[in-house]
Amino acid sequence: MTRVAILRYPGTWSERDFAHAFTLVEGIETEIQWHEDVDLRGFDAAIVPGGFSYGDYLRAGAIAKLSPGTKELRRFAAEGGAVLGSCNGFQILCEAGLLPGALVRNASLEYRCDWIFVRVESERTPFTTGLRGEVLRMPIGHGEGRWVADPDTLAEVEAGGQVVFRYTDAAGAATPDANPNGALANIAGVSNVAGNVVGLMPHPERCAEAILGGTDGYRIIANLAKAPHGTAAAVYR
Amino acid sequence: MPRFVARVLIRPKADIRDPQGEAISGALRSLGHEIAEVRTGKEVLVAFDAADERAARDEAARMGDELLANPVIESYEVALDPVRTEAPA
Repeated sequence: MTRVAILRYPGTWSERDFAHAFTLVEGIETEIQWHEDVDLRGFDAAIVPGGFSYGDYLRAGAIAKLSPGTKELRRFAAEGGAVLGSCNGFQILCEAGLLPGALVRNASLEYRCDWIFVRVESERTPFTTGLRGEVLRMPIGHGEGRWVADPDTLAEVEAGGQVVFRYTDAAGAATPDANPNGALANIAGVSNVAGNVVGLMPHPERCAEAILGGTDGYRIIANLAKAPHGTAAAVYR
Repeated sequence: MPRFVARVLIRPKADIRDPQGEAISGALRSLGHEIAEVRTGKEVLVAFDAADERAARDEAARMGDELLANPVIESYEVALDPVRTEAPA
């Protein structure tokens, strides 16, 4: 049984959607943990869901990075545990320095709530095994999802295979029109150097069953059932 | 210890596009102002006690580095004002 902890900060709103989505995957059990009581010992993976942690005050994710839950997340990530942040969770992981770059206001000035396509660029993560080159259709809902980084960081991320998802059209071409927020190089999701920590703006938990209009999110979260227990560090480094 | 108010001015770095500033710039142009560029930022006022101005400045800089600005996208500067208290009667 793969054990997945789902973190809940004040203002998180996608934790129950994630918990529900994981019920569709055989071999995974979940536990929602309040950010002050996070204990990831004995867990294989941790999810940082979307929402508006701390009301997005100061910057999205800026205050959540100081929570005790984030401290435990750092320890877990350093030991090789699988971590996935979606939307506000991605923003928190970037603010916490667990992922490179930062997420700023959409270039379009619009809050974008839509279905988009991403191409899986790396399968060197516990969430994308076997998916490299696949074009996935997933929903987004964000006003601050434009991933940016300085030129050196961007070059390192590209060269190191840390780009995990890129916005594309349905055919898998990374065109400007397919980029919903103006992100650098159409980047929708990145990983850390080791590959065990992943963040993305789209919401895999909102497209894990047909009744929601799409099932591509299932392909990401179901990957965790295949993640070897307790050996993520050795496998993905 | 004397009280200080740090005015921390946070700005997006020059190479970070500021769509909020662009929208304001368009709105100002619609009012007839000839605008070259608008950049937005934010100001955070922090009141706290410190031994002296230097200690206050150091502490405000730590606040900027640790939380108030994200060095990936923002720069900040600190202006420091001592809080004037009424002399006891």
